[in-house]
Amino acid sequence: MNAGRRSQARAGWIMTGPALVAILIFFVLPAAASLALSFTDFDIYALADIGNLRFIGFRNYERLLENPLFWKATTNSLLFVAIGTPFVVVLSLFAAMLVNSRWLAWRPLWRVALFAPYVTTLVATAVVWRYLLHTRYGLVNYLLSLVGAGPVDWLGSPTASLPAILLFVGWKSFGYNMIIFLAALQTVPRELEEAARIDGAGWFARLRHVTLPAIAPTVLLVSVLTVAAMFQLFTEPYVMTQGGPAQSTVTILYFMYEEGFKWWNLGSGAAVAFLLFLCVLAVTLVQLRLARRGGAI
Amino acid sequence: MMRRWAVTLLAAFVALVTIAPLLWMVSVSFMAPGEAARVPPPLLPGSPTLENYRQLFGTYGALRFLANSLLVSTLATILALLFTVPAGYAFAKLRFRGRDATFRLLVAALVVPAQIGMLPLFLELKAMGLVNSYAGALVPWLAGIFGIFLVRQYCLSIPDEMLEAARIDGAGEGVILRRIVLPVLTPIIVTLALFVFLSSWNDFMWPLIVLADQRLYTLPVALAALSREHVQDNELMMAGAVVTTLPVLILFLALQRFYLNGLLAGSVKG
Repeated sequence: MNAGRRSQARAGWIMTGPALVAILIFFVLPAAASLALSFTDFDIYALADIGNLRFIGFRNYERLLENPLFWKATTNSLLFVAIGTPFVVVLSLFAAMLVNSRWLAWRPLWRVALFAPYVTTLVATAVVWRYLLHTRYGLVNYLLSLVGAGPVDWLGSPTASLPAILLFVGWKSFGYNMIIFLAALQTVPRELEEAARIDGAGWFARLRHVTLPAIAPTVLLVSVLTVAAMFQLFTEPYVMTQGGPAQSTVTILYFMYEEGFKWWNLGSGAAVAFLLFLCVLAVTLVQLRLARRGGAI
Repeated sequence: MMRRWAVTLLAAFVALVTIAPLLWMVSVSFMAPGEAARVPPPLLPGSPTLENYRQLFGTYGALRFLANSLLVSTLATILALLFTVPAGYAFAKLRFRGRDATFRLLVAALVVPAQIGMLPLFLELKAMGLVNSYAGALVPWLAGIFGIFLVRQYCLSIPDEMLEAARIDGAGEGVILRRIVLPVLTPIIVTLALFVFLSSWNDFMWPLIVLADQRLYTLPVALAALSREHVQDNELMMAGAVVTTLPVLILFLALQRFYLNGLLAGSVKG
């Protein structure tokens, strides 16, 4: 028995060892080093010769706070979070309720169709949407013109560019959240809704007083995931607008990429990364706190 | 009966709107150069042509990028499975000191977005001489905490008696993993393989950073570069988008049950 336990322990470390070492070297170490790097002036000169590296304390952070583009990027990311999160959550919830409807025929077919955008390649569909949103030849403006609206200069105007990207992000990601919502909705007893209906509750009243309270933890989970995703937008502005027009779609991550790999200010870029991490963490903690107070969890 | 039709019709309409961009992408990729830039925008090609694909593979060497993507995603999948499947099983079923504490640390690390460490990781790989190589693009897939998590969840349902019986018969732990556990794990292995293959195929930011040499570009990196140079070539870009995204879309449709089940297994705890 003792020998058996020892061989189990040895096997345990042999089987987890490679993965743990890889996680340590390629994930934990870089993440921790990011904090250290943010206190240095690591730039293109240090890249050539490490002897040029100096510790500069909080100067990267001070410089960032004085940099208008950093504030622009932060504001943009907060806008993406503030507008995008409710947009995506509501979109996903309605899709899930539609697919969960008991009158729906061929359910699996619609579920797969609505989920499909999520598995497509982000770069490829961002390119597709850039043409769909084209001012003159795009399908979106054509459809708007049929109802007498537009044309909107989606990707060329600083006020329309952020909603335009959100339109794409919503299309790309609602299927994923829909699947999560769908699983939660299936645990809500049909009798509950039926009873409310018999009592004369309308569609919206049933949604508010029966469905939403029953799936509140899932709404929270999906919001947390969506907030994190909104903070991490990079490919969408990179492909669709290159941060423009007038820097209206420069996100925090896009700013970090340019700071680090375009201008090779790796110290400053690491400071941005660390601030981004704090943002994601803070918002997640606040949401969990609110949920606990509201009794959702 | 009326209601049934109304709901199904609404679902069909929403589904059509959702996949319309993908249908449009395929349709435009068969149009002659310049054909899509008209008002009203044409929905179907006047006379379908393969010209865009010919140009994509002939002039722009897309075959090379396709091969790069296939190579990177296949290797990423194999490596991720080799690293995460035994670890996930060990965390679920083997008793060893420090197991639970280590696992709790891993779960806490799930909160940290991978982008946080990208700049130091780049420097680290540069020091190791792995920047601008396939190996550099593969590295993040070795550190798949989510995969370990997924496999562990699944392994928890394996009855201990089954493993004990094998131990009494004198089977070593390695043999138990290979002969007894792996066959049981087939569904979750397919799911995990699908996850890693699709995400590594679709990945953009890390390959963009680590692959500087154009000959090493994966499809998304090549497509992004091409689309910056050829903004006007609508039809060519759609052909590029089709080549980039169709393989994963087909793979998903073929194995969708594994994908959707795994997604739920992962998100319920995440």
